[in-house]
Amino acid sequence: MLRPRIIPCLLVKNGGLVKTVRFGSPKYVGDPINAVRIFNEKEVDELIVLDIDATAQNRAPNYSLIRNLAAECRMPLCYGGGVKTVEQIQSIVSLGVEKVAISSAAIHDPKLVSDAAERVGSQSIVVVMDVKKSGVDGRYELRSHNGSRATGLGPAEFASEIERLGAGEVVINAIDRDGVMKGYDLDLVAQVRDAISLPLTVLGGAGSLKDVAGLIRAFGIIGAAAGSLFVFKGVYRAVLIRYTSSEEKDALIAAALEAA
Amino acid sequence: MIAIVNYGLGNIHAIANIYKRLNIPARIASSAEDLTQAQKIVLPGVGAFDWAMTRLDQSGMRECLDDLVLCKGRPVLGICVGMQMMAKRSDEGRLEGLGWIDADVRRFDEDSFAHKTRLPHMGWNDVVPRKDGGLFRGLESGARFYFLHSYYFAPSQEGDVLAITDYNGSYASCVRSGNIFGVQFHPEKSHQWGIQLLNNFAEL
Repeated sequence: MLRPRIIPCLLVKNGGLVKTVRFGSPKYVGDPINAVRIFNEKEVDELIVLDIDATAQNRAPNYSLIRNLAAECRMPLCYGGGVKTVEQIQSIVSLGVEKVAISSAAIHDPKLVSDAAERVGSQSIVVVMDVKKSGVDGRYELRSHNGSRATGLGPAEFASEIERLGAGEVVINAIDRDGVMKGYDLDLVAQVRDAISLPLTVLGGAGSLKDVAGLIRAFGIIGAAAGSLFVFKGVYRAVLIRYTSSEEKDALIAAALEAA
Repeated sequence: MIAIVNYGLGNIHAIANIYKRLNIPARIASSAEDLTQAQKIVLPGVGAFDWAMTRLDQSGMRECLDDLVLCKGRPVLGICVGMQMMAKRSDEGRLEGLGWIDADVRRFDEDSFAHKTRLPHMGWNDVVPRKDGGLFRGLESGARFYFLHSYYFAPSQEGDVLAITDYNGSYASCVRSGNIFGVQFHPEKSHQWGIQLLNNFAEL
C-alpha cells in the first residue's frame, strides 16, 4: 500500500537553516548537513530543502551545497530555490537529487515545466505554489519571488495548467499559515486537490502531529510537509530537530486512513 | 569490487556512501577503464528514458557494460531508470534500450485504474518478494521502499519477476534474468531496507 508522506521542509538562507513566520522573521536553526544527518537517523519519508534567497537575490542555485545534501541524504530529496532553466534542472538531477522544485520560474515561464519534464521526466519536476489570501473577498492568489510579488493567478487553475504541461507533483505553500503552527488550510488543499491528478504535498501551518493526521484523514494519500513542527519544541520555540518514531508514524497513518 | 556506473545520472554518491559505511569495496566508474576490475555493477538512474540512454551512450562505457554483463556474466543491479534501460524499449522514449532483458517499459494506464490514482507513483510502498533469500534476504516481509515513476517494467517472461508491488494493480518492482537484476524503487534512498538490499547484492 502506498503511504502518505510526512516531510520535513528546511529553509536555507545565507548557507544556514532558518525558520520563518509568514515568510518573514527568519530565525537561525542550524546547519543543513547536520540536520540531514539527524533526519537520516530518524528515517524521514522525504526531505524538502528550499533556498529562500536565491530567486529574490537573482542568484543561481548553490551547487556545492546541493551536491553535499544529495550525497548525505539517505531519503529522497526535493531541492528548490533559484531554478530558472532546463540546464540548471539537469545539473541538479545529475548531482543525485530526485526532485527539483520550481516556483517563480514556473509562473513567469510555464514552458520551463514542459521542457524540463521532457528532459528529466515528469516525476522529477515539482512546482511549489506560494499561496496567499488576498483582497477583500479573501481569494487565494499565487505569489512569486518568495511571496513578495502578486501574480493575479488562482491556485487551482494554475495547478491544472502545470499538470497539463507535465509537472509531476504540486506543493502548496500557504504563506498565511507559514510558521503559525495552528493547522493546515484545508479549504485551500481541497480546491487544488480536486483540480489535479498529480501527487500533492501541503506545507504551512502544521503545529502538531494532530494536524498531520487531520490532513491525512481529510485527503488520504497526500504529502504532509512541515517546517516548525520538526525544528522547534515548546511554546518558546527552542530549536530541536525531531520527527515521529516509525511506530508512531505507522499508528498515526493507520488511524487517519481508517477514519478517512 | 563493485563499480557504480557514473554516466551523469542518478545518485552515485549516496550509493557509494552506503557501501563505504558497510565496509564493502566499491568505486565510482566513469570510464570503460574504471569498469574492468568490476566484479559487480550498479547502474543507477533518475530521469527520462531517452536522456538516460543518451548519457550512457556518451559515457563511452556502453560496450564495456554489454561485455561484462552479457559475455562475462557479472551481476548487475539497475535502479529506477537504470532498470528500465535494461529493457528493449520504453513508452517514454524513442531510443532503443540495452535489451539485456526481454521486456518493455510501459506507462501506467490511468484508464485501467479502478479508482482515482495519482501519477507519478510517488512515495513509500510495499515490495513483496516471490522468493526468499538472495536479494531479499531479511526483507521477506514488511519491507518498504521509495518509488518515483510513471512507467513500469513489463518482462515478457513471468519467471523474471522477483518481487511485486501494488499500485492499483500489481506490477514487477524487481526483476531478475540470470545475472541481471533490476529494481524500480530507490534502495539508496530507502533507509534500512535499502541498505539491506544493497548489502544483499554485494553478498550474492
